[in-house]
Amino acid sequence: MSIYQEQILDHFHNPRHYGILDHPTHQSDTKNISCGDALHMDIIVKDGIIRDIGFYGNGCAISQASASLLAEYICHKPVAEAKALKKGDVEKLIGIDLSPNRLKCAILSLETLHKALNNIL
Amino acid sequence: MKLTKQDFPIFAHHPDLVYLDSAATSLKPASVIAKNVEYYEQYSANIARGLYSLSEQATTEYEKTREMTAELINAKPEEIIFTRGTTESINLLSYSLESRLKEGDEILVTIAEHHSNFLPWQALALRTKATLKILELDADGQVNFEDIKRLITPRTKIFALTFVSNVLGTIHPVKDIISTAKAINPEILTIIDAAQAIAHLPIDVQNLNCDFLAFSSHKMFGPTGVGVLYGKLTLLEAMTPFQYGGEMVLEAKRKNSVFKNSPHKFEAGTPDIAGVIAFQEAIKYLQTLGYGTIRTHELDILNYASDKLQEAFGDAITLFGTKDISKRSGVIAFSLAGIHPHDIAQMLGEQNICIRAGQHCTTPLHDTLGLPATARLSVSMYTDRKDIAKFIEELKKIQGLFEK
Repeated sequence: MSIYQEQILDHFHNPRHYGILDHPTHQSDTKNISCGDALHMDIIVKDGIIRDIGFYGNGCAISQASASLLAEYICHKPVAEAKALKKGDVEKLIGIDLSPNRLKCAILSLETLHKALNNIL
Repeated sequence: MKLTKQDFPIFAHHPDLVYLDSAATSLKPASVIAKNVEYYEQYSANIARGLYSLSEQATTEYEKTREMTAELINAKPEEIIFTRGTTESINLLSYSLESRLKEGDEILVTIAEHHSNFLPWQALALRTKATLKILELDADGQVNFEDIKRLITPRTKIFALTFVSNVLGTIHPVKDIISTAKAINPEILTIIDAAQAIAHLPIDVQNLNCDFLAFSSHKMFGPTGVGVLYGKLTLLEAMTPFQYGGEMVLEAKRKNSVFKNSPHKFEAGTPDIAGVIAFQEAIKYLQTLGYGTIRTHELDILNYASDKLQEAFGDAITLFGTKDISKRSGVIAFSLAGIHPHDIAQMLGEQNICIRAGQHCTTPLHDTLGLPATARLSVSMYTDRKDIAKFIEELKKIQGLFEK
């Protein structure tokens, strides 16, 4: 079970930053059509810093756990840093090798984050 | 039951392989692979144009496959067109039949069609301003004949449906459906997607009385890149070519041209010669096994899998499609509570167990069922009870891991 390390199952079962935020400043919804993964993300940005982040969604363990890991990592960091995150950074957070197909599930969270940061409410 | 695993060289390379994805593509027996190599090593010339013996040999072998294909489904060789696959066969039809449609006409498909038998018709409807009508299935995945009678009108020009659903496994009573449709509208053209049927059930196009039928070589032990389109000769003769180019024209003039008869007018350019020739061996393999033996074996495996899955997972597992295994073929799609199908497929894959997960190119059906995705196992002659037992054992472990 190399790929589904404890960490992924832990974040899947107990997602951090799960739920909607009151008065978000940024928001987005994304879908991974090939497997039906869906994510919604709310963000509160103040003075160029991500003050809070909340997400909900459904889909495979990889997509949901990566959203949880990413939210945990990026909360309280500058928007510029969030915008500069690349696929490889998400792979590092997840800490496992993924096939190209599964990588799509993993980086859905990053797409959602970037889309939200470009979508000021 | 004689096991056929030894006929498939892939098992020599992966002795512990549990391949439960034959509905996506079947494995290839040694004879098919050898025939493919034979062409490239012994007579790899182009067909239908060379005036030397190698080309003649290649042409003879190529046409022999056409005769064998015709015999397999009880058609005439001129009614067999080689394409790249079922998808291209259906796309060919959607273009070559376009001139028969006008605004306000109707095309009927079922909700369970594979995208390859759905999107070409949707696109054709949009091009011609025809209406795409959708035949829903009942909770059991079956066609309701009253719905067919209600939906087909004198304006319904095309009715395209699958023989066997690649998700629900339903074997549709195609013969009765066609006769019902033609009783309402004798002019209706019936198009059968036999991609999931051809490796499992005997098909006689004359008995079915379908106008067109499409399938792929690679789902019936043959090479990839080869598909078949059957059409009634009178219809094929009246149709315009799909692609234009080499070896499909009789007279090419500056202003207009005269095309060959069927099937050659539909086979422009150099086809997958090696693939078509090797496809002979797939047909032979299928015929040697016999559809009766294949069906008996398949029913045993499907019954076993269905029983054991329910025994092992109880209420946590949902099996889609009819419970009556005798009305099913090939596949069992399922979902396991709390675990995404992609996670299941990935974790099984790590144990060398191959199943499919996703929407299986049937998004309209999954949307209707309200499912983001399903997991699917599919069986063939080389699938044995041990494969199913190992699959269930690993699936049980995955469930345990997720329940932690």
